[in-house]
Amino acid sequence: MFRQSNVLPGFNISLGFTIFYLSLVVLIPLSAVFLKSFTLTWDEFWAAVTAPRVLASYRLTFGASLAAASINAVFGLLVAWVLVRYEFPAKKLVDALVDLPFALPTAVAGITLATIYAKNGWVGQFLAPLGIKVAFTPLGVVVALTFIGLPFVVRTIQPILEDFPKEMEEAAASLGATRVQTFVMVILPSIGPAVLTGFALAFARAIGEYGSVIFIAGNIPMVSEITPLMIVTKLEQYDEAGATSIAAAMLVASFLLLLGINLLQAWSSRVLPPAAPDQLEEPA
Amino acid sequence: MSIHVKKIVKRFGAFNALREIDLEVGEGELIALLGPSGCGKTTLLRIIAGLETPDSGEIWFHGNEEGEVWFHGDDSKCQHVRERQVGFVFQHYALFRHMTVFDNVAFGLRVRPKSERPTEATIKEKVMELLRLVQLDWLAERYPAQLSGGQRQRIALARALAVEPKVLLLDEPFGALDAQVRKELRRWLRRLHDELHVTSVFVTHDQDEALEVADRVVVMNEGRIEQIGTPDEIYDHPATPFVYQFLGDVNLFHGRVSDGHAHIGAAAIQLAGHEPADTAVAAMFYTRPHDIELSHDGGGLEARIQGARRAGGVVKVRLERIDGHGAVEAEVPRESWEAEAFCEDQVVRVYPKRLKVFTAPETALAT
Repeated sequence: MFRQSNVLPGFNISLGFTIFYLSLVVLIPLSAVFLKSFTLTWDEFWAAVTAPRVLASYRLTFGASLAAASINAVFGLLVAWVLVRYEFPAKKLVDALVDLPFALPTAVAGITLATIYAKNGWVGQFLAPLGIKVAFTPLGVVVALTFIGLPFVVRTIQPILEDFPKEMEEAAASLGATRVQTFVMVILPSIGPAVLTGFALAFARAIGEYGSVIFIAGNIPMVSEITPLMIVTKLEQYDEAGATSIAAAMLVASFLLLLGINLLQAWSSRVLPPAAPDQLEEPA
Repeated sequence: MSIHVKKIVKRFGAFNALREIDLEVGEGELIALLGPSGCGKTTLLRIIAGLETPDSGEIWFHGNEEGEVWFHGDDSKCQHVRERQVGFVFQHYALFRHMTVFDNVAFGLRVRPKSERPTEATIKEKVMELLRLVQLDWLAERYPAQLSGGQRQRIALARALAVEPKVLLLDEPFGALDAQVRKELRRWLRRLHDELHVTSVFVTHDQDEALEVADRVVVMNEGRIEQIGTPDEIYDHPATPFVYQFLGDVNLFHGRVSDGHAHIGAAAIQLAGHEPADTAVAAMFYTRPHDIELSHDGGGLEARIQGARRAGGVVKVRLERIDGHGAVEAEVPRESWEAEAFCEDQVVRVYPKRLKVFTAPETALAT
């Protein structure tokens, strides 16, 4: 069953290395999390992962991540669209700016965001009279997660959009479709799987984010504490088993969510068969 | 329903894609725009479709009674491609790959405004009728990626026909297909056109395709129209050296015309139906390889056989003129090749049975 003929030999050794490498880098550290949490009894474990403060942090982490990833899916698509479709001065610069959240130390991002969104900050001073408080509220968490998630969406959609044949839009127009119909019926379904992938990546990144959030969140118990912060708090109290229990719960939840998104993606790419190579060719 | 193209000009930066093109496409005609790549034929087609905007000129579309303006440069009137009701077929099919064949063909009907949209039942009936017309109704539930190139192009055609276009425009429709499928599909397109009689314009760089399929052929070069005519007119009476050269292999001789004779090198060849000029005029003579006769001791130019290659029923012969003025290509029927016992390195006589003479100075410069 594992025998495969291929022009390039080395299936066995490369598969062996892949499993070894993944074990070393991913599986062993993760299983340590579970093993450590097993030092607790089931009741203790359950109490640790369902404490009210912890439950509130789940809601914030997953809720804010979902909101941030959704915002990024929409506006990231817009940014990618503008970068691919239009020519404008300093386009390369704008293109490079998109990657900044990748490179910036997250703590720097967090402090910066907290400063400008604070009541007397550059942006916060205009929002405060409207009764909108961003810094030190759950809203601030969403802002920080949106910031760090943007490049994932843009960079996933961009190449797909670049490959999208212009002829297909022209065909839709010649058949009488309006611009909105062309976008909704022709373009969006073609780039849908890419948007979903970008969304999943941004979502996954947001769930695990720590550095940028803790500065802007304010970390008020039951209101603006994120789950990674709960874990750190437990560790600071030398409650390692408690910390790993929450980590394990989070791991399972994230895994299930990502699995769900992957299945959704597999389904959508079955519905949208991949482009035949000759449809991607540029007309001569 | 006819199209009138009047003085259309299009520039891309410093490049003159179209220089004052005038063209009339008659009702129910099938017209081929023929030319080498970069001659502006695709640009012209896209301008008629509304996918490209000309810099100046006019495009009129004449329905049954009064005309409808599609583009007018002076008062900058330009109808969007959506409103022109043209069916456009792309070289690379441009099928919607996330939709089944059925949904692709139904697209044009489904995007109509609610008040004009047919019911799903009518759409289904119409789409299946079109799929039967292109003989692919058994593929309705497949996706474009699962079809061959020829099938995809037929689906693309069915999709374009679904909106009942006033005009059908095809941009190198068979350009991406292999030779066998190409030949099959162009005959099929001709039959389809005879059945539907929708005014059609198609772009091609393949002279066989244009001559075989079209009612009239428009030969273009460097943004200008060189000649418009039926395939026979174009082939038998090319207006310019360019048209002559573009339609097939040619031999070119330089010489003089006087007293109804072509003087090429040492040979004098009688010109049929050519007015005898009093003074000798410098001229260029064109002839096709299959119009050249080889003999051992007849009239014509002396040339040495360089090589010969059998191709089906003919033998393609390469010769070198003895007077050193270049090479000649000839196509000789296989029987006469064998009967006359020609062989390599032999010196034989080359006699052009038909010569096309161009004496006008401007056409001489054009080559």
